[in-house]
Amino acid sequence: MSIGILGKKLGMSQFFDEQGRAVPVTLIEAGPCRITQLKNDDTDGYSAVQIGFGETREKLINKPAQGHLNKSGEGLLRHLREYRVDSVEGLELGGDITVGDFEAGQKVDVSGDTVGRGFAGYQKRHGFSRGPMTHGSKNHREPGSTGAGTTPGRIYPGKRMAGRYGGKKITTRGLTILKVDSEHNLLVVKGSVPGKPGALLNIRPALRVGAKPAKGGK
Amino acid sequence: MAADSKDTAVTDENTETAVETAPEATAAKPSKASSAPAKKLSPEALIRSFESAQQKDDLPEIYVGDTVRVGVRISEGNKERVQPYEGVVISKRHGGLNQTITVRRIFQGIGVERVFMLHSPQVASIKVERRGKVRRAKLFYLRERVGKATRVKQRFDR
Repeated sequence: MSIGILGKKLGMSQFFDEQGRAVPVTLIEAGPCRITQLKNDDTDGYSAVQIGFGETREKLINKPAQGHLNKSGEGLLRHLREYRVDSVEGLELGGDITVGDFEAGQKVDVSGDTVGRGFAGYQKRHGFSRGPMTHGSKNHREPGSTGAGTTPGRIYPGKRMAGRYGGKKITTRGLTILKVDSEHNLLVVKGSVPGKPGALLNIRPALRVGAKPAKGGK
Repeated sequence: MAADSKDTAVTDENTETAVETAPEATAAKPSKASSAPAKKLSPEALIRSFESAQQKDDLPEIYVGDTVRVGVRISEGNKERVQPYEGVVISKRHGGLNQTITVRRIFQGIGVERVFMLHSPQVASIKVERRGKVRRAKLFYLRERVGKATRVKQRFDR
């Protein structure tokens, strides 16, 4: 049974499946994650598992957080995430969550921050088309008209304009795990995931939209 | 080529260390013991070891201009057989796991080109039948030629 796991994106590669087709894959170094807290109906009013991932140093983490982490074992962890579960039975404080909880063929949702593109223009951010580059045109990468004149006399809210693009959390849904390598804590996932290599990723069993929450899913 | 061989040497080393640490990791159950040796492998090394595991190590040296015979795995229903395909290598692309060759032949008067991923399991075998002497890295000029003009001179020093 898999609850979810935190990992680091390593990069993309290629994998030959059983039919010999070349499939684009992303390699994720996931876990092992320590269970740092168990929440149940009595203590918190709901059931959840909190896990931690990534080593860090003492000076980078404040005293209250250190105290919290010391309850579950040695070693300071950089990232904490929580997963809702039906019951925390069978899970133990300080226990490990590894890639072994996942299996090949399983569908997962992968969340992470997208590649930050800074202050991006209309074309990159919203896919606007560009103006002519020549023939006297000075309208190269401009937005064009942003609305009517005197009436309404203002720009409607939500008008697509230039601005910060990327660096936001998104979820890529329904990716298939092609291979699990417990020795190197590797998950091989078909397709691409958010962010650049080195980015923190949250991997959960796939949640079907519109369906009842999958067992162990959030 | 020199860079290539160096690459594989590094990969070999990495797989070796991985194998050495494996029994340790299984023997000592706690997380620290199992995570510590794995952490030593850099992301690049992990990707390299993942790719080298899929690579074939028995491929012959193939040059552009060579005539090769490729055994292609074909599955009909649940039966599998190997079909030979012979032609001139007119292009090589990419390196490592993604390496491909383009093989051109004339079939029933029509030029046919197939791209093979050298490390793909669909490529059952590759045999170099004849070494060619050419002065280009890509032999796309053969597409414009017919008959005798499509011949590639043989070379005997490889």
